[in-house]
Amino acid sequence: MAGPRYIADPANALTSVALDGLTVLFHAPSGMTHIVASPAPEILDALRAGPADAAELLRRLRARFEFDGDEAIHARLGELEAAGLVRRA
Amino acid sequence: MRHSLALQIGPVAFRIGSAWRSPLDALARLYAGYPAPADGLCDFTVRLEPERPWRRFVRPSVAIRGDYVLPDAAPLALAHGLLAAEMGMNLQMALGQRRWLLLHAATVERDGRAIVMTGESGAGKSTLAALLGERGWRLMGDEFALLDMDAGTLLPFPRAISLKNGAIGVLEAEAGPGRFGPRLAGTPKGDIRHLRPNREAIARMGEGAKPALILFPRFGEAAAVRGVGQAEVFMRLTQASTNYVALGCRGFDALTGLVRSVPALAIDYPDTETAVGLIADFRRELAA
Repeated sequence: MAGPRYIADPANALTSVALDGLTVLFHAPSGMTHIVASPAPEILDALRAGPADAAELLRRLRARFEFDGDEAIHARLGELEAAGLVRRA
Repeated sequence: MRHSLALQIGPVAFRIGSAWRSPLDALARLYAGYPAPADGLCDFTVRLEPERPWRRFVRPSVAIRGDYVLPDAAPLALAHGLLAAEMGMNLQMALGQRRWLLLHAATVERDGRAIVMTGESGAGKSTLAALLGERGWRLMGDEFALLDMDAGTLLPFPRAISLKNGAIGVLEAEAGPGRFGPRLAGTPKGDIRHLRPNREAIARMGEGAKPALILFPRFGEAAAVRGVGQAEVFMRLTQASTNYVALGCRGFDALTGLVRSVPALAIDYPDTETAVGLIADFRRELAA
């Protein structure tokens, strides 16, 4: 059974700046600032291609990066959802 | 208000009104030599009022009011009226200022390069800035650094320096007695004495400077210097800013711009002379 599908805000809703290996994000819809580590910025970028469940997201990420961590993707999506940076489609 | 005084401090004009004359007399003495606002218009108003009408006379008690108010702020004794005026001006800036990104930080400048020092209360930034201000640096401010979000420069805001407890004696040995306010004993923060910045700091309070170094000083430890990563600097500066959240994306752009372009160091120091020595070293390195 497929899990939940997630969606991210369009690129113009998020300003992103890399600082020493971490990324700071300004999320315009909420006015909140977040400090995130990889692979969070990559996940947000991959979700901009359209809604995806965890399996589809892994496929998109692996097309561009070496990415192992089937379990980790659920944890990262959960954190991004709690932060309001992704939501269920 | 019964009594009032207008003061221009850097780019900000304040009007301070008071139900009593004595706090404004003390304020006028402390800020002797500061200009009045050029056009007579003020950005913020502070009002020192009796907590209840009869408290103007009976055990006078000064409530800090103004354009922006903290509802639960405790009133102060009339003997501490000068402190109430100073706290009132800080409050207006912290709650109402939107034109610049405000950092709770002390700033000094030399050779056109500004050093921003930020840390929690008690980290020693006011004492250090005050001492540097007497040792060839220009004091730009001991409380708030004002970052111009378009130009990336810092603007001076040279208020009277609030010296607490042990710092009072350190500066009494450096600056003439005419520049000090009265010693305010037994305030909620202990003993406080204000010091007027020197003539140069006041004369050049319209002149900004480019930030060259961000310092996180910590008093009371053995001397040590360490680099601080940009993400940590960013996080600490968002915490040190009173209006970062209110400024939204402009604040984010300005602060990330500052963090990416200016190096940062954390310094521990056992006494202010050690810190002054470390900062002299940094100055040589910045000039090299």
